[in-house]
Amino acid sequence: MTDLARGLADPAHDAQRLFRAVLDGFSHPGRIVALPQAPAGVGPLSAAATAFVLTLVDRDTPLWLAPAFDRDAVRDFVRFHTGAPIVAREAEALFALLTPDRAATLDGFAIGSDPYPDRSATLIVEVPSLSTGPERFLRGPGIQSRTTARVDGLPDSFWSEWKANNALFPCGVDVVLTACSELLALPRGIVVEA
Amino acid sequence: MPDGAYNYAYLDEQTKRMIRRAILKAVAVPGYQVPFGGREMPLPYGWGTGGIQVTAAIIGQDDTLKVIDQGADDTTNAVSIRRFFARVADVDTTTRTEEATIIQTRHRVPETPLQEGQILVFQVPIPEPLRMLEPRETETRTLHALSEYGVMQVSLYESIARHGRIAKTYNYPVLVNGRYMMSPSPIPKFDNPKLDRNPALQLYGAGREKRIYAVPPYTPVKSLDFDDHPFEIETWEQCCALCGSKASFLDEMIVDDEGQRLFVCSDTDYCEERRK
Repeated sequence: MTDLARGLADPAHDAQRLFRAVLDGFSHPGRIVALPQAPAGVGPLSAAATAFVLTLVDRDTPLWLAPAFDRDAVRDFVRFHTGAPIVAREAEALFALLTPDRAATLDGFAIGSDPYPDRSATLIVEVPSLSTGPERFLRGPGIQSRTTARVDGLPDSFWSEWKANNALFPCGVDVVLTACSELLALPRGIVVEA
Repeated sequence: MPDGAYNYAYLDEQTKRMIRRAILKAVAVPGYQVPFGGREMPLPYGWGTGGIQVTAAIIGQDDTLKVIDQGADDTTNAVSIRRFFARVADVDTTTRTEEATIIQTRHRVPETPLQEGQILVFQVPIPEPLRMLEPRETETRTLHALSEYGVMQVSLYESIARHGRIAKTYNYPVLVNGRYMMSPSPIPKFDNPKLDRNPALQLYGAGREKRIYAVPPYTPVKSLDFDDHPFEIETWEQCCALCGSKASFLDEMIVDDEGQRLFVCSDTDYCEERRK
């Protein structure tokens, strides 16, 4: 525990600034948002994913870790700084940290129900880059007409899974793609075309 | 100076995280009312406790806050909320619509067009548009789940049958992105077109009912109507007695004991800017 990574230096103000960046991302899906003063990434996690966890995860939100992230450094960090229960079953999680290969299928996570679509999971997917991948077109709430995203490193099946997820609207998972200290949000209502 | 006895922006960090998560869900499902654990605030229900909690969860020291009540910056509700945040959140305040990053509003949308990056926070008394037609929460929830809004169309039809037109003038129901029916809060229907594809983010907070909902930027918001009775906004024969505007929402004022009337802009900032 002595080498536990630091959390937010100034919890109230740092979390507020980070949340506003996340909110900006959700309000403008597909837009790459830089996180201001993001803390250093912990273990295998990017700075953006670490910042997202510190900003929004707490003891009320069970967290699921992909096997690649299920390490002591991450578990200790999450437990100490957020108090979030780390769950073994995807279905119990409200937030999840995923590797691109685990994002090949979105099955197993909570999608909410028609009366309560908010009871769904938010998936944080770590990718190598948000700007050097194949071009895809996004439409939906928050996007003026159409925008492009160039997320790299996601398996093709993620995008077919996303189509199925989008068809569940208003149910479905929300995805946040993270790389370095940047993130790009993909709320469930966004239609993605190649 | 912020008040040292309280956490920054009054609410504790755990509460802010909970509200922030609700806001993200609300943005992800536009028009859907997300339940949240509303807190007791230092002012009574009906004075904007929902809007204040939303503002407290998003506001930071870099923000510039504007608060309006019925369009005016200088009424009791607006002044006290503005002072509250100046004290607990150490933010700059303004009355200028263009300068504000967050605008908390009761019952109006500013006349000055909003820009991308601005956030409009509405104070909502009754978030459920179907509540007056169906009192049971379990039923209205099912109606939203099924997108079954016939009961509201019937209500509007009855209004036409009785009055020859849709007589509803405020809190006029809208459909967000073709999916969820939403109460725009008690804004005049004059303001409904401003909600449609607005570049600013709209957040709605209902404190007593403990609901948060949202309309993301550029999202279609359609006022309900019929092909043969299209949606119409209020019009006036008069123009503003102070600035001469013919395009803004006018308040009727009685100015003396002889019943003299005056029509003036409800949006005080808009009116003042035009008079400069």
